[in-house]
Amino acid sequence: MAATVTDPELPMVTLAELGILRDVRETDDGVEVTITPTYSGCPAMEAIQADVLTALRRAGYERAHVRTLLAPAWTTDWISAEGKAKLAAAGIAPPGPAPRRGSGPVPLTLGVRDEKIACPRCGEESTERLAAFGATACRELRRCPACREPFEHVKEI
Amino acid sequence: MSFDDAYQSLTDHDDDARWAYGTGFSDPLAGVPTALPDGVDGAALAAYCLMIGDDALIMSHRLQQWVTRAPELEDEMALANIGLDLLGQARLLLTRAGEAEGAGRDEDALAYLRDASDFRHVRLVERADADFAHLIARLLVFATWRLALLDRLSASRDPVLAAIGAKGVKEVAYHRDYAAGWTVRLGDGTDLSHQRMQAAVDEVWPLLGELFEPHATELALAGVAVDPSTVRAECDAVFSQVLHAATLDTPAAPPASGVSTTVSAVTGGAVLSEGAVLVPAPTGGAASGDASARLGGRGRDGVHGAELGEILEELQGLARANPGGVW
Repeated sequence: MAATVTDPELPMVTLAELGILRDVRETDDGVEVTITPTYSGCPAMEAIQADVLTALRRAGYERAHVRTLLAPAWTTDWISAEGKAKLAAAGIAPPGPAPRRGSGPVPLTLGVRDEKIACPRCGEESTERLAAFGATACRELRRCPACREPFEHVKEI
Repeated sequence: MSFDDAYQSLTDHDDDARWAYGTGFSDPLAGVPTALPDGVDGAALAAYCLMIGDDALIMSHRLQQWVTRAPELEDEMALANIGLDLLGQARLLLTRAGEAEGAGRDEDALAYLRDASDFRHVRLVERADADFAHLIARLLVFATWRLALLDRLSASRDPVLAAIGAKGVKEVAYHRDYAAGWTVRLGDGTDLSHQRMQAAVDEVWPLLGELFEPHATELALAGVAVDPSTVRAECDAVFSQVLHAATLDTPAAPPASGVSTTVSAVTGGAVLSEGAVLVPAPTGGAASGDASARLGGRGRDGVHGAELGEILEELQGLARANPGGVW
């Protein structure tokens, strides 16, 4: 039941497909749902907790609570293939593989990032970034030079 | 819930809706194991969480003040998002501080009900921005420094700090890229933008000394906290790379002997008369060997400029006027 709850900002995908829902189990203390926050400041987390509890209550589970799991930190690699397909169908370019880091300092990116994000509308492979921060913390704004449409992209983290 | 209306789930609850300050926000660390690691002093851990939590809270507030004033809509979004990330980090850290302190204070009590002299952020984050270039210079320094700190914090013996660090690294890496991008664009732009970006860098640089000077609290928490002097070389390398690409001169590094003396030495009485009505440092907050504390200048000891009073008036006014208010 908890798996069917959708994200308040990305209502086309479920919490399970986004990899936010980590675990659901029945305990002596009722149902325990474990979720992991996407970004530290994501205000949707409050709504997500409320939605999960409401969904469980409607399904007859009166005793339920939500547990926050901070580590390991959420990564876009946890978005399922189905979740990515649904994002693309809704015009939001899904994330590619999250950057892997070796040891040493976090590398600085100056200038244009070398990345290929395909346009979710026409499929053009080379698109340009308009802004690194979009309508929510997890998305950026891009533009397709072929069909000239702007679109959103879920950033790889 | 619905595919059609992203916000329907907020209004179709059977019971209450939760969507604003005072409407019952939950504990951001709900369900996270909060036991202190063996041998860690709760008061010291609380003091450390306040330091890096206040850094994020006050910087976030300054960023929020830029919303509706930024040069372009995309930058409004960026600054708001960066401020939101930092606010999220602050919530986690203040909550952890309250737990470690064990006196029953939660994130709201710490954010809304502390006086200026109880705040422990570095002076860099409270400064008012004269212009966009000034904000970018502060953000470049702040994000570079915080990224290096959070990266090391991810190996902390405190599992909560380690988790906050690991998550924050992903966020602050974006903040640093944003600030670095604008530094290059303005520095390597027109004569006027170059001149203003250089002036901003020159203005901010004297505040660097405090960032890398270890505080007694940090040194007492070896393995849990990060000694900021260990990230200086990494940060200097980034500053040098960005300023070089931006065709800007790197100002001389300030001595690590404290902020107020450095500021007054560089800019004379102008800054002191305008922004340095100092609140008294609490006694016992600093090690006796801390030269800058003796000189009365560290944000980490609760010594702040008058600018903090203006920030707190805005940040705390509603909560203080309506103690315990909910709706």
